[in-house]
Amino acid sequence: MANLVYLVPLFPLIGFLINGIFWKKMPKSLGGAIGTIAILASFIISLLIFFEVKSPAFHGPAIVTLFDFISSGTLHVPFAFQVDALSALFLLIITGVGTLIHLYSTSYMHHDEGMVKYFAFLNLFVFSMLLLVLGANYLIMFIGWEGVGLCSYLLIGFWFKNRDYTNAAKKAFVMNRIGDLGFLIGMLLVIFNFGTLSYQDFFGRISGASTVVPASTYNWIALCFFIGATGKSAQIPLYTWLPDAMAGPTPVSALIHAATMVTAGIYMIARSGALYSLTPAILNVIAVVGMATAIFAATIAIRQYDIKKVLAYSTVSQLGFMFLALGVGAYTTAVFHVMTHAFFKALLFLGSGSVIHAMGGEQDIRKMGGLGKHMRITQATFFIGCLAISGIPGLSGFFSKDEILANVFAHSPVLYVFGILAAMMTAFYMFRLYVLTFNGTFRGTEEQHHHLHESPAAMTLPLVILAVLSIVGGYVGLPAVISEHNALAAYLSPVVQNFGTHHLSHGTEWGLMGLSVAVSVAMILVAYGVNRKPNFTENTGIAKILENKWYVDEIYDAIVVKPMKALSDLLDKFAERQAIDGIVNGVGKTVRWGGDRLRLLQSGQVGFYIFIMVLGIVSLFAISFFIVK
Amino acid sequence: MILILLVLIPLLSGILSFAVRGEGAKTLAVISSMITLAASAYVSGTSYTQGLEFSCDWIPMLGTKFTLVADGMSSMLCLLTGIVTMVIMLTQANKDVERPGAFYGHMLLSQAGLMGVFLAADALVFYVFWELALIPVYFLCSSWGGEKRIPVTFKFFVYTFVGSLMLLAGLVYLSLQTPGTVSYAWADITRAGASLAPAQQQWLFWLIFIAFAIKMPIFPFHTWQPDAYEQSPTPVTIILSALMVKMGLFAVLRWLLPVVPEGVAYWSQTVVILSVIGIVYASLIAIVQTDIKRLVAYSSIAHMGLMSAVAFTGNGVGMHGIMVQMFNHGINITGMWLIVSMIENRWGTRDMNSLGGMATAAPRMAIALLIISFANIALPLTNGFVGEFMLFNGLFIGDGSVAHIATMVFAGLGVILGAVYTLNMVQKVAFGNVAPMTIKKDLSVNEYAGIAIIITIILFLGVYPKPLLDLTAGMIATAP
Repeated sequence: MANLVYLVPLFPLIGFLINGIFWKKMPKSLGGAIGTIAILASFIISLLIFFEVKSPAFHGPAIVTLFDFISSGTLHVPFAFQVDALSALFLLIITGVGTLIHLYSTSYMHHDEGMVKYFAFLNLFVFSMLLLVLGANYLIMFIGWEGVGLCSYLLIGFWFKNRDYTNAAKKAFVMNRIGDLGFLIGMLLVIFNFGTLSYQDFFGRISGASTVVPASTYNWIALCFFIGATGKSAQIPLYTWLPDAMAGPTPVSALIHAATMVTAGIYMIARSGALYSLTPAILNVIAVVGMATAIFAATIAIRQYDIKKVLAYSTVSQLGFMFLALGVGAYTTAVFHVMTHAFFKALLFLGSGSVIHAMGGEQDIRKMGGLGKHMRITQATFFIGCLAISGIPGLSGFFSKDEILANVFAHSPVLYVFGILAAMMTAFYMFRLYVLTFNGTFRGTEEQHHHLHESPAAMTLPLVILAVLSIVGGYVGLPAVISEHNALAAYLSPVVQNFGTHHLSHGTEWGLMGLSVAVSVAMILVAYGVNRKPNFTENTGIAKILENKWYVDEIYDAIVVKPMKALSDLLDKFAERQAIDGIVNGVGKTVRWGGDRLRLLQSGQVGFYIFIMVLGIVSLFAISFFIVK
Repeated sequence: MILILLVLIPLLSGILSFAVRGEGAKTLAVISSMITLAASAYVSGTSYTQGLEFSCDWIPMLGTKFTLVADGMSSMLCLLTGIVTMVIMLTQANKDVERPGAFYGHMLLSQAGLMGVFLAADALVFYVFWELALIPVYFLCSSWGGEKRIPVTFKFFVYTFVGSLMLLAGLVYLSLQTPGTVSYAWADITRAGASLAPAQQQWLFWLIFIAFAIKMPIFPFHTWQPDAYEQSPTPVTIILSALMVKMGLFAVLRWLLPVVPEGVAYWSQTVVILSVIGIVYASLIAIVQTDIKRLVAYSSIAHMGLMSAVAFTGNGVGMHGIMVQMFNHGINITGMWLIVSMIENRWGTRDMNSLGGMATAAPRMAIALLIISFANIALPLTNGFVGEFMLFNGLFIGDGSVAHIATMVFAGLGVILGAVYTLNMVQKVAFGNVAPMTIKKDLSVNEYAGIAIIITIILFLGVYPKPLLDLTAGMIATAP
């Protein structure tokens, strides 16, 4: 089955081509069906591959080479896929959550005239994302990496008449490009030092005893790849595009900007675990950046009023958690959180889509309230999502977050304190969002109130499935105090293993668990208490700063965008037109002046002379060629 | 014999075209360009397996023989010339120009010159074709150009004429140094040049290089270019940007690097630095342009800067990357100009601030614009990526020093800035509300065909670059 892995990206590609070529004539429902079935087919193949990889009979990665992509001198990069435990797991997440979101979109986007185009882009995205995780070398990963960036751009700016939306799309692409340059340089360093880009050769060579590469080289490579990851996975300092990316249709936010694309950076570092285990210094950088992002984004989420913006900052914060896990060497734990986060964050985004759908496009939670009465399924599933992300025992988020915090504690109690702080804020802002949206009384217009309804089955079915997954998804990675067998870690162990495994006593682990549950529950109760009877007044002081996202966009504008524009203007107006052109025109005028004097003698035109000269040469050639011969 | 046809077909049809009245010239141009394309495709196909050569006596008393040789690089560039000229003629078919006979005549003569430049294995033959390619462009620009065409053509003329004279002087000097009798043959010229003292090679380097530097163009010899692109009629702009800049780079690879190796070794660092400055400089200027033609012009300077920097670092993968990128840049920029001319035709302006809404008004055109724009910023799976990746690889490795790595990182800023100005342009042109149009029409049939050829090449070579890599695999060395 692993040999047929090319089918997995092939189906979405075909779906993209059909919808992309016939976008004008294709009926909407058919376009949606083609798009959804393509992903479903990939999911089925992925499932078969997963079971094959999981079986004891599967040995080592299966490499499927399609053709030579680049071959020049000593540089050989095949277009090849690698099937192993890590890629097979990501295939399942991408195609599984992808199928649900496609299904949801068939209903959500039904009133949009660009629905066929939408499904074409969405299929192209899944195709690129699959390339990203399937590649057997960094270049194929990079192809997928930039490919998902393109799809993200196209889908953020999907409603392209709105200038703010296309600005957001542009910002996302450019900020990702900054990271991509890091990725590119990292790849060049790998080629230069190891002469290959393939994972197997590269990791084989760095773990071999015969390497003569200095340790600093590993650090540079690891750092460059991480810079790439900060762009794609929205970490400080390149995170500001993600909240703006909410301009896209909500299912896009769920699929691309929560469940899959933004976790590409985590995939990349987990994939390169063998490299990062050699660079503890860079791991520390990753841990600190992840931690800072987790806290920073969480503070902003507390004071946002747009339902999607809250979820966006929550995503940034959760991604920070995953980098924190990577930074303390807990690669499999990070992958675990990628999985559970994919379930509950996709659920929350789709739930918010259901809310926005019912509210007729309204996204401001100040105008919501009391929606629970009108949309029971959305409310119940959203509630489960909130519990899961807050780390309430028994739900998936609890297991993955607890495992991260335990690893962080073993690594550094100081980081752990910050981790708990971020977890507290998470519980608070999520339940603030929940209470303001679903509890209390309705604060919107009469017309909106009249229009409130539960969404159709195509939208609620994915919500229910994701809610179930958000509950049970955590049981693949039980903590050591409950079970000695961590199924996920065992499954991933042939590819990635946690580095510097922690050994906490059972007592400590119970204690940590108890603490994180206690603070989460406390914050949930606070959130209920504070937001029961909301009173929205103008924010002042720190709250105002948080509402304005710490003014980071304004700061970037002042220190990067404006100076660059000024420099461009200076070069254009002065260096180009005055300095260089001035010299050239000076030469030209001198020649012309001289020519005018000469004209008194010759009375001719330079161009004419040249023309005659060439004509002469050409006829000379013609004569000697045709006659002399 | 096939090689001489590559020159003769456009040359003869060009001359014939001057005599033709009315629509006939257009038909003649289309047919001629198709036959030339077929011939260049044949040359590319056969030069895989065998070197092609054509030689006969020309002016024996000057020691020059009329020698044409096709290797991987020349056949690739001839093929590019064939494709681009054909696409120009095809998309011109529904447009009217004044005095079509003269217009198409000049175009075809220029094509003949280009073919000759790429094939010449004799320095004097090379020089003659170099001029033959350029002179029709002066006339095209000055007679069919925009409002400011006269001063712009003058500037263009001053630049290239100064370069050409120095080039001629350099080549004559070299021919006099050949062992035995005077000879202009490539092998003799290179032998003569390489045997000169380093100090001599160092000044000879500039004598030859200036002409090529202006053509590419390398910062700071580039200011003729945005003006010339802006003021020329679009078909001429395409010839200039897709083909003539390649002529400059080609000439560096064939008539400079192997000819004065010591001079190159001495000056390469300087040229690399100038080129890399040019990348960032041109990209920054591109950001504040409002005329699409000027934006594309500066974007092209940035792209050529990368190729020229790599040419002077002399790394195998990088050289191979130049081959790939010369072809792909030619294809992509042709596509870009086609779109620009359609925009001018439909909206009656090139000012990006007065444009908008192409995605609504002409969706097919907008899709083409998107694909070509992303190829322009080297998105993977478009043709722009493979070459750029190999170029960065070459620039990065260079001699392996930290300085080279720093150079690459600086050049890499072009990757980010390229995304900035290209996406700005896409946003202003394609998105938003529809700006007032003079002609409300999506792609016409012949435009559709031309664009389809370009996009097919973009995607095919983006996914499967092997044919192009194989064709030019032998060109890691620079001998013809």
